[in-house]
Amino acid sequence: MTHINIASLEVGQEVGNVEILLTRDSLVRYAGASGDFNPIHYRDDFAKSVGLDGVLAHGMLTMGAAVQVVVDWIGDPGRIIDYGVRFTKPVFVDANDGAVLKVTAKVAEIDLENSTVRIDIAAVAADLAVLGKAQARVRI
Amino acid sequence: MVNASVEGKTYAETDPYLVGREKIREFAHAVKSTSPINLDVLAAQAAGYLDLVAPPTFAVVIQERSLTSVLADKEADIDFSRVVHGDQRFIHTRPIVAGDELTSQLTVASVKSLGAHAMVTFETKIHDADKQLVCTAISTLVVRGAE
Repeated sequence: MTHINIASLEVGQEVGNVEILLTRDSLVRYAGASGDFNPIHYRDDFAKSVGLDGVLAHGMLTMGAAVQVVVDWIGDPGRIIDYGVRFTKPVFVDANDGAVLKVTAKVAEIDLENSTVRIDIAAVAADLAVLGKAQARVRI
Repeated sequence: MVNASVEGKTYAETDPYLVGREKIREFAHAVKSTSPINLDVLAAQAAGYLDLVAPPTFAVVIQERSLTSVLADKEADIDFSRVVHGDQRFIHTRPIVAGDELTSQLTVASVKSLGAHAMVTFETKIHDADKQLVCTAISTLVVRGAE
């Protein structure tokens, strides 16, 4: 059981809204935790040598951090049964200021029969949508 | 670029990966989770789980192990330095919890060319020690063509 009553939800309803600061420390921490040590995520010289403007966040870090707003809403990470995103733009992470990821989550679909809802997530950094079709199906 | 004939190819199942509590905590901190069910064993058990529950994207750690085999496959001919992550999806039959021993097996679901680029979609099936499906991870990589 969750504290959420599916019958009280409405399509379009916002369920979360958060700003997440990603710093170079966040990237190094994610590299270690995930095992993705691609140097484009921590070395400016390397990023530039492959034609990027600078160090960028792991797409999987953006994906993983963005869904936390849904986890906090439902109160249980185990209830997110299906989660997919498209990576539409890179998130450049400044060495001093980092990058701010603005995440909002809304109810997109309610399935009373199966007691699930689809939550659509919008993630924006530097005024650009960095995730596309970010959808999480949640078991209520 | 990418050898289209690897479409449909299935790679060998990886050795079991034992999901540890501290690995879940480390990953949870890295994705900025503050959920007690990711971090506190008693909270996870109170919610009905045997042990700590992994964050929704943790399966990427398991997927990565099977991806290594295809990236090392000379027949597939994927230049990792030209790879960009296009999309990613995790469909869970049940959540991953600490103590799980997970194997993964990757199939090349499709290889498509898109102008000078190629898009390769992988489907990785993740099973537990009882051979039950835990998660299907679907990942598309975009391989940039030479300019």
